[in-house]
Amino acid sequence: MREINTKQIEEKIYSLALSAGKRLTPSCIDALNAACIKESGGAAKFALETLIENARIAENENMPVCQDTGMSVVILKIGQNVCLTGKPLYDAVNDGVRRAYADGYFRKSVCDPLTRKNTGDNTPAVIHTEIVDGDNVQIDYLPKGFGSENMSRLYMLKPAQGIDGILNAIVETVRLAGSRPCPPVYIGVGIGGTFDSCAYLAKKALLREVGKSNPRGDIAQIERVALEKINELDIGCQGFHGAVTALGVSCECAPTHIAGLPVAVNIQCHCVRCEKGEI
Amino acid sequence: MKLNLPLDKETAKTLKAGDSVLLSGVILTARDCAHKKIFELLEKGESLPFELKDAVIYYAGPCPAAPGKASGSCGPTTSARMETFAPALLNSGLGAIIGKGEMNAATREAIKRNSAVYFAAIGGAGAYYGKAVKKSECIAFPELLSEAVHRLEVENFPAVVAYDCKGGSIY
Repeated sequence: MREINTKQIEEKIYSLALSAGKRLTPSCIDALNAACIKESGGAAKFALETLIENARIAENENMPVCQDTGMSVVILKIGQNVCLTGKPLYDAVNDGVRRAYADGYFRKSVCDPLTRKNTGDNTPAVIHTEIVDGDNVQIDYLPKGFGSENMSRLYMLKPAQGIDGILNAIVETVRLAGSRPCPPVYIGVGIGGTFDSCAYLAKKALLREVGKSNPRGDIAQIERVALEKINELDIGCQGFHGAVTALGVSCECAPTHIAGLPVAVNIQCHCVRCEKGEI
Repeated sequence: MKLNLPLDKETAKTLKAGDSVLLSGVILTARDCAHKKIFELLEKGESLPFELKDAVIYYAGPCPAAPGKASGSCGPTTSARMETFAPALLNSGLGAIIGKGEMNAATREAIKRNSAVYFAAIGGAGAYYGKAVKKSECIAFPELLSEAVHRLEVENFPAVVAYDCKGGSIY
């Protein structure tokens, strides 16, 4: 049994959140550069050049890449040989988020859904925990902006709709979103599970590096075909038309019920920000 | 093309969808909650805490400014969420909107009818736009925190004409 004081988790969340707000993932920057080369000109290329310059300014000026510094999504994989001590785990996570959003001069974007009153410190975070083998705690931190989150969709398909149905769901979601979610987008797709776990799979799919395929061949094929079809939509960067509407499609799969085929499509804008840590 | 704000109607009429522009002058930030408040005041016929005529509203909720900086990151938010309110504001004299993404037919019609213009800023370029802000001051609804109305003085703020006053659209 390994003892870990939750103060260590708070400190780790603090540093991951501070970094995540101010930088794109390296694979996202690579994908934006590649997209910029693909576009021949016009407003879409101008927008991509601005975004690449924006990432550089954010780094040099130590500023958030995007003013929507997101709602914090935290996934904790806790080894079953870990014994947590100190303050309650969720308090530690929220304390880390609260301090990062204050010290980073990040926007506080969390509010009551009905009164719309801002909580003032960007808490609570959305916290998922998984118990895994081992004696460490792995942390995935994803600040999720809502311009793109708002355009996400969940489909409960019939099994007979199969792979064509899955592809249609993905492409339709991106088509309906149009210019609104800050394309070029990154698409996280959950396939299978239940209504709730399918959406979680889609969120976890966004943690994968842009451009990396699912190791399962048939899933990787869905990713490739979906990306091709999305880029034929001619939405382009910011909706200004062009060759690149999505930077990538990442699918995660899980067993489902014999009667169902849930598909969740979680849209991420071109500001892919996520950080990983381990204690 | 460099443009000074506020726009006069003659200049607005020369702009075409797809034109790239650099905006300099005063813009006011307002997003979801501020729009609800502005809309309610207009409906009641009460005066607003700022002048709407010929104003330029920027759909944005900036990050707080770090010490020594005029503004925090300050990119546009999705315009479609303000569609419910935009026609009423345009009919009350709003000169231009800056946001990102498509807006509905009623808004496009109101832009045309009032010889206004809709500029698309580059969504996600928050740090870039933060640097274009030279001065920022909260002028209304401070209780809305990040959704309060700020008066921004901007210089060479890049945008693209998305809807022009003749009904042209970049989308």
